[in-house]
Amino acid sequence: MSNRLSRAISDVQEWFNDRAPSFGPFYAKHMTEYYAPKNFNIWYIFGVLSMVVLINQIVTGIFLTMFFKPSAAEAFASVEYIMRDVEWGWLIRYMHSTGASAFFVVVYIHMFRGVMYGSYKKPRELVWVLGMLIYLVLMAEAFMGYVLPWGQMSFWGAKVIISLFGAIPYVGGALTEWIMGDYLPSDATLNRFFALHVIALPLVLLLLVVLHIFALHEVGSNNPDGVEIKKGPKGNRWSATAPADGIPFHPYFTVKDTFYTGCFLMICAFIIFFQPTFGGLFLEHDNFIEANRLVTPEHIKPTWYYTPFYAMLRVIPNKLFGVIVMFSAIIVLFFLPWLDRGKVKSWRYRGTGFRVALFVLGICFVWLGKIGSGAGTDPIETIIGRFLTAAYFGFFIYLWVYTAFGFEKTKPTPERVTGHD
Amino acid sequence: MTETIMLKTRHLITGALVALALVAAPSAMASEAGALAPSNANIADMGSLQHGAKLYFNYCSGCHSLNLMRYSRIADDLKLSEAQVMENLNFTGANFGESVPSSLDAADGETWFGKAPPDLSLMARAKGVDYIYNYLMSFYLDPSRPMGWNNTIFPNASMPNPFWELQGIQTATFKPAEGAGNVEFEKFEMHQAGKLSPEEFKEVARDVANFLQYAAEPAAMQRKSLGIWVLLFLGLFTLLAYFLKQEYWKDVH
Repeated sequence: MSNRLSRAISDVQEWFNDRAPSFGPFYAKHMTEYYAPKNFNIWYIFGVLSMVVLINQIVTGIFLTMFFKPSAAEAFASVEYIMRDVEWGWLIRYMHSTGASAFFVVVYIHMFRGVMYGSYKKPRELVWVLGMLIYLVLMAEAFMGYVLPWGQMSFWGAKVIISLFGAIPYVGGALTEWIMGDYLPSDATLNRFFALHVIALPLVLLLLVVLHIFALHEVGSNNPDGVEIKKGPKGNRWSATAPADGIPFHPYFTVKDTFYTGCFLMICAFIIFFQPTFGGLFLEHDNFIEANRLVTPEHIKPTWYYTPFYAMLRVIPNKLFGVIVMFSAIIVLFFLPWLDRGKVKSWRYRGTGFRVALFVLGICFVWLGKIGSGAGTDPIETIIGRFLTAAYFGFFIYLWVYTAFGFEKTKPTPERVTGHD
Repeated sequence: MTETIMLKTRHLITGALVALALVAAPSAMASEAGALAPSNANIADMGSLQHGAKLYFNYCSGCHSLNLMRYSRIADDLKLSEAQVMENLNFTGANFGESVPSSLDAADGETWFGKAPPDLSLMARAKGVDYIYNYLMSFYLDPSRPMGWNNTIFPNASMPNPFWELQGIQTATFKPAEGAGNVEFEKFEMHQAGKLSPEEFKEVARDVANFLQYAAEPAAMQRKSLGIWVLLFLGLFTLLAYFLKQEYWKDVH
């Protein structure tokens, strides 16, 4: 019996191999024969977690699309219809709204880890640039998604963000009208944002994620020691030619990631079931009031994941200059691999100057986020915000000077990875 | 060995910090809302919800609709029969499966009050349950207003006090504040006592606020009880995944 079964399985395998001979090697290249450094620590789970969230967003998004009405007259009520009358609609919606914030949490940590361990450095510059493109598209995707429920904050947030393009000389006014298809965010705006949110941007996002992973698998993963395992000794239990410090991604990291995914899902489930608005951070209070172009909310602010950049815009008195600074704060990250000239990757072995600067950068980002989500009326906060903005950009200038002119005193780096969890 | 213990301790501390942040962040955000007295409204308190529904339909539904709430859903969630709801809570002749309209024509509302009374389906999510509770207790006599009523929580609101018979009629005293001509609310004084004592009226305000909190998110009744099972399942799953990981990683040296 078992003989016949195994013969049947091998027959099917053969059938596929005859017709698609590259499928097997493709799977092996990315799973069973992708050798990842065995010393990954907890910082290395956030790439996988962002994939988990991406899948959640797509699946829950499909179900939301079945009931959502993308029109200014019906959108708000259709979201509440999902919350009240659609079976399990509230759960699907909270999974999607919590997922949006969780996406940014894991992506920000994932990016910070990249800087900590120098994961953007040669030969992984392309991995970093593709990752930054994912981040940009994700910001656009989340912004358009936030407009769809057509609450007060959807409307006024959209109005403020789109009006930023109005700061561009000469074409600004025409550009904002072109984006909105009207003089204000309206039915036309909602409809096109819906199209972009559910079709265009997710397709781009998926393509970029695939490219990000392919680019990574070409060069191999970095690790907390910054050791290039491909350049180290060869030969492990699975292959004589594979890096000695590498272990197959499947099953070793798939089981490890399953455990951490479980931990992550517990945090998400806690929010979904017990704190779905997260105190007004994930779902803002004003967004439970339907969009009304005649009533301006007391404080217009974007969702928390944009607030560090929004704060920069707000503390700078000149609108055009503020917009330039805000977008530059994101664009400058693309150039990180070339601004940082240090040869040592991991902060474990880098100079104290780097570690302190990175710590300061983290504080600037969080503090700016707090300022950006506040009322913006405190003049002292505005001055603090300007210092923090200067410090944010200062990090990149400092990093270049620090590494290009040999100020960095690094520690000796190990030849092999130094152990694992 | 000591290294492993140190690592585990570090993970434990990180975990504890994450948990603390999760619990503390929303409440920290909520406390920024200002100095509102806590309503202590609790949607698990069925008696309070039923009392709140009765008060809502007798005192509020004349002017305010609940467009997103169906009578049938109220019956299901508040453990009331169809007959109980249709006889005691439905004064509009709407069907059992329909949502709750207001008895007041919107155009009339605008003529009489200057602004049509808003739908209250999501008011508790937009303003918070404590806001509603405090608002209901803060009406005071003000002859300068068209209706003769004003409110310290929502100054110059056009709404008169629907509960004046129960609460009694309050007047407010003000004290001078910073800046020329500015005044600051000091305290309420009872001008004419109502049917209920102040303590009893607090319960009225709490129960109405509680009912509106339920109406703003009926799913809240299911999500908390379901959430415990989901967390238990995920906890078990994660534990098994941990053992599986340990088993596989025995090979890795």
